[in-house]
Amino acid sequence: MTVVTYRQAITRGIADALAADDDVFLFGEDVARAGGAFKTTDGIWERFGDERVLDTPISEQAIVGTAIGAAIRGLRPLAEVMFADFAAVCFDGIVNELAKYRYMTGGQVTCPVTIHMANGAGTGFAAQHSQPAENWFLNTPGLKIVVPGTAADAYGLMRAAVADDDPVLYFEHKGLFGRREELPDDAPIVPLGVAETVRAGEHCTVVATQLMRHRAVEAAELLEREGISVEVIDPRTLVPFDHDTVRASVERTNRLVVAQEGSAGGSWGGTLITALLQEGFELLDAPPLLVCSEETPVAYAAALEAAWLPSVERIADGIRRTVAY
Amino acid sequence: MTAKTAGGQAAAATPPDRDAQLEMLRAMHEIRFFEDACHRLFATGAVRGTTHLCQGQEAVAVGACHALRREDQMTCTYRGHGAVLAKGAPLDRSFGEILGKAPGLCGGKGGSMHLTDVEAGALGSFAIVGGHLPVSVGVGFAARYRGTDEVSICFFGDGSTNIGAFHESLNLAAVWRLPVLFVIENNLYGEYSPLSSTTPIEVLADRAASYGMPGIRIDGNDVLEVHATISEAAARARAGEGPTLIEAMTYRQKGHSRADPAKYRPEGELEAWLKRDPIVLHERALAEAGVPQERLDEIRAAAEQAVEEALERAQSWPDPDPETRLEHVYA
Repeated sequence: MTVVTYRQAITRGIADALAADDDVFLFGEDVARAGGAFKTTDGIWERFGDERVLDTPISEQAIVGTAIGAAIRGLRPLAEVMFADFAAVCFDGIVNELAKYRYMTGGQVTCPVTIHMANGAGTGFAAQHSQPAENWFLNTPGLKIVVPGTAADAYGLMRAAVADDDPVLYFEHKGLFGRREELPDDAPIVPLGVAETVRAGEHCTVVATQLMRHRAVEAAELLEREGISVEVIDPRTLVPFDHDTVRASVERTNRLVVAQEGSAGGSWGGTLITALLQEGFELLDAPPLLVCSEETPVAYAAALEAAWLPSVERIADGIRRTVAY
Repeated sequence: MTAKTAGGQAAAATPPDRDAQLEMLRAMHEIRFFEDACHRLFATGAVRGTTHLCQGQEAVAVGACHALRREDQMTCTYRGHGAVLAKGAPLDRSFGEILGKAPGLCGGKGGSMHLTDVEAGALGSFAIVGGHLPVSVGVGFAARYRGTDEVSICFFGDGSTNIGAFHESLNLAAVWRLPVLFVIENNLYGEYSPLSSTTPIEVLADRAASYGMPGIRIDGNDVLEVHATISEAAARARAGEGPTLIEAMTYRQKGHSRADPAKYRPEGELEAWLKRDPIVLHERALAEAGVPQERLDEIRAAAEQAVEEALERAQSWPDPDPETRLEHVYA
């Protein structure tokens, strides 16, 4: 058992993926010699060399397209798009080519592409480098979306993503890079589509990912002192989504709060609530609640950005109101 | 008409023998009859949505694909029927796809704009202008990574040279010296707009200079010139000398899509290009080389019959089971 940062867990996941399969190669802007803009590929080039670890020009369309072309010819590309916001630059490649290629060709090709990107707010990068971009892709069938919130999940989901035969968008949260956790030397692969019940509870189910997962746990600890017992579930992957675990929890707690970084429109939290209302309306003793960001871009100043992100206190308030309903 | 705008040592290409030249004539006839049939089928409503035909441009696809090996890999545009057939896709299953039939190449999921036959090395037809250029770079990368000497050939229109993906793709292919042949089918129109109204230079091959790769403009209606140029570029690519940009001058005899009558064309332009029809030019060259007219007529008739029979088969095929719509979203 070693204590590692979330960042180091990503690096180990990438290294082990490269070591496990010669068809895996890593490429992107500054991923080789520089070790990545966020140092998530530190030491990888030194270990695996020029042929398998390649720096690219600042060309996100070429990066995504190259991944697709290599994948349909039998390789397992692991591409880095530095900030998830830059996925907008190669949106066509991701949604029109990568996601649909297998379908359009009647299953003639598979696209085992992983694109990993740094996601999320809270670190002062302002509007074009802080968006929780995972929601952009929810309405595009053909993509899988993973959102690790811990070192173990960062490692295990990286391994699962690269080994998966479908395109996987892997979002790592910038606000968690320095978070330290224990990671066993033989850390397991985390299967896609399996949620983790982070904390058991009786009165309310809270579903949250990445930064919000940790804030939800803090809120639950706060509320425990008030006699409110909160169950926290981290879905870990948004596509596929583990609806069964959430439903089984709500069957016991009869209350649902989703804590989400990012605004409500077209979001995974909104989608989860819709699904539960349609299929489990009778389970609920209170209206489901989405605690999320306001409908604005992410601002720069600490005071502005902090107010945009759901805080521990806002999440706790939402749970209190839901339980008291 | 060949004009190299940048360096690059061309390997000597073996010209195709008489049989291979006749085979190219047959292939061009088949594409022409295929496209004419698609035109008729669209008018009757049997082809849904839209379709983009390539009558007049056959020599580019045929000259290029016949200069390559089956294991070489090709990507093309939504005006891609000719390229996919030239790479070796069967006529009947190609019709079947355009008609939305279950045995169609893609089981009816792709249609006219997404004809794909991976077995033939026709990796896909893409309907986002320029969207496949980056894919062709990855195909070239995989060939090198896996240690094969396959080349990746990418067909696209003159209009694609104005979209950002063109720049990113040629730049990356050049900086990594990948075995990719970028072939511009310059048919003078980007959709409805003449090239001169959208592009400040006349010779698109000149754009190769920005990427330090050879840029070559050729007569795209001369199937043998296309064949020779692609052979040389492919030899360079296989030898690890990197990508080439080839601008094949040709002409779209029909409109952009569907029933576009192409009224925006200047008077006399179509007529002038019809005199330079690639099939007419190739037949004339073969006749001058001593092939009897009866032999040329036989080839034409056989192609027409093959297309008609393939269409009849495809029309007899069943529609896809609606349940299959749920397949192939994920592996």
